[in-house]
Amino acid sequence: MSTFIQTLAVGLRLGSIYALVALGYTMVYGIIRLINFAHGDFIMVGGYTMIFTVPMATALGLPAWAAVLAAIVVCALVGMGTELIAYRPVRKKGTNMTALITAIAMSLFLENLAQAIPAIGPNPKVASQIFAAGGLRIAGVTLEYTTLLTIAISAVVMVVLYEFTQKTRLGRAMRCVSEDKEAATLMGINVNHTILSTFAIGSGLAAVAALMYMAQYPKIYTTMGSLLGLKAFVAAVLGGIGIIPGAVLGGVVIGLVESFTTSYISSSMADAFVFLILIVVLILKPAGIMGKNVGEKV
Amino acid sequence: MGDGELVSLIGANGAGKTTTLHTISGLLTAASGSITLDGKDLQKVAPNTIISLGLAHVPEGRHVFARMTVEENLRMGAYIVKDQKKIAENLEKVYHHFPRLKERYRQLAGTLSGGEQQMLATGRALMTDPKIVLMDEPSMGLSPLLVKEIFAIIQELHKSGITILLVEQNAKMALAVADRAYVLETGTISMEGKASDLAADDRVRKAYLGA
Repeated sequence: MSTFIQTLAVGLRLGSIYALVALGYTMVYGIIRLINFAHGDFIMVGGYTMIFTVPMATALGLPAWAAVLAAIVVCALVGMGTELIAYRPVRKKGTNMTALITAIAMSLFLENLAQAIPAIGPNPKVASQIFAAGGLRIAGVTLEYTTLLTIAISAVVMVVLYEFTQKTRLGRAMRCVSEDKEAATLMGINVNHTILSTFAIGSGLAAVAALMYMAQYPKIYTTMGSLLGLKAFVAAVLGGIGIIPGAVLGGVVIGLVESFTTSYISSSMADAFVFLILIVVLILKPAGIMGKNVGEKV
Repeated sequence: MGDGELVSLIGANGAGKTTTLHTISGLLTAASGSITLDGKDLQKVAPNTIISLGLAHVPEGRHVFARMTVEENLRMGAYIVKDQKKIAENLEKVYHHFPRLKERYRQLAGTLSGGEQQMLATGRALMTDPKIVLMDEPSMGLSPLLVKEIFAIIQELHKSGITILLVEQNAKMALAVADRAYVLETGTISMEGKASDLAADDRVRKAYLGA
């Protein structure tokens, strides 16, 4: 029983991280129908930013997690820069395929750029402790503070984000642009600004995900975003890409599958199971768990 | 176009009617010439700011936000309006014009019928108190009864003092309600004049009215 609860907690923690990253994929996809392959690398950008800002925060007498604020800003800037420099010009002139290839190129560019920067370099760096060690003992099971905080913070972020898209002016504009850019323009919405804001928010979430990830796995390296990003992308597709609650659901499902496979079957099978689930779901429900299968309207 | 006029633009498929409207509202750029509204060159302002000059566009095929409710759609129509009281007032006005929308205010726009979506798109354009409304094929895909209803609404709006530029394939209805009209043929205006004169013209009758 205690193994089960531990596994469940670890699964939820992992799932929360995937969900945060999946939200970034899904928001950008929702608004410009682009799979932003560089999104996973934004986590790496956030991670390295915190390698530098955690000691600064500590030196200033702030808690270590405050370093994430700087990481959010850096990630948002990198996200917006990517959109401005790489995606927007290509979107104007090219096809969806050109944009997709540009996204892959941006991913490789960021990974290699990081290696080329002397302060970062190709060797992994170790992050300092972010949350206090220890945990809560509930019914004979110790739940680490990190785990509880990760789940709680992610849940709060998701609820806030959802409410944001429903209730705020910018949130509503984002939904309009995602549905119909021409009609959005006619309403007076500046489509390019709205897309840029979406990149800022999605990339900022990647920094929060980086914090959660580092709290658990303190090793930071330049390609850390690839597999994490890929699995979060799977989570977004699994839940129904473009749908915010879908990304959360997909992330949690993948986190649980991974943790239960590791505990009860074999850790080396975990990733295989994640992708197996993806294939099965896509055969049964091609638009994802929460997605609606709609035919192309002509 | 003069203030308060209802002008129809008729012509066959591919004549350039929709292109004309898209160019006016900035979705397309003109190859030459200029479009001015109250002396302002519309080609020189950002497309999304044209609505704040008092020009609203009801696009062809409605283009309602399908995953938003009727009321959310109408509120998006007032995106540029900051005054909450004004928004509430205009919302009441639109509901007064279209009681059907009031009945369905919480329904998702994508689940409305074609006629209701046309009403919603029209209502959405009225949320900013526009001086001029461009209407692109409002009768497209609607039953004859609904077409009549929509045209009655267009006349009502016209009477309330709004300038309307109407693009229609249904030339008969378009000429019946308009003050003036233009006939567009493959990108150029081939005829223009008072709507009643055009409706009586033999060439127009043969080509567009099926007589």
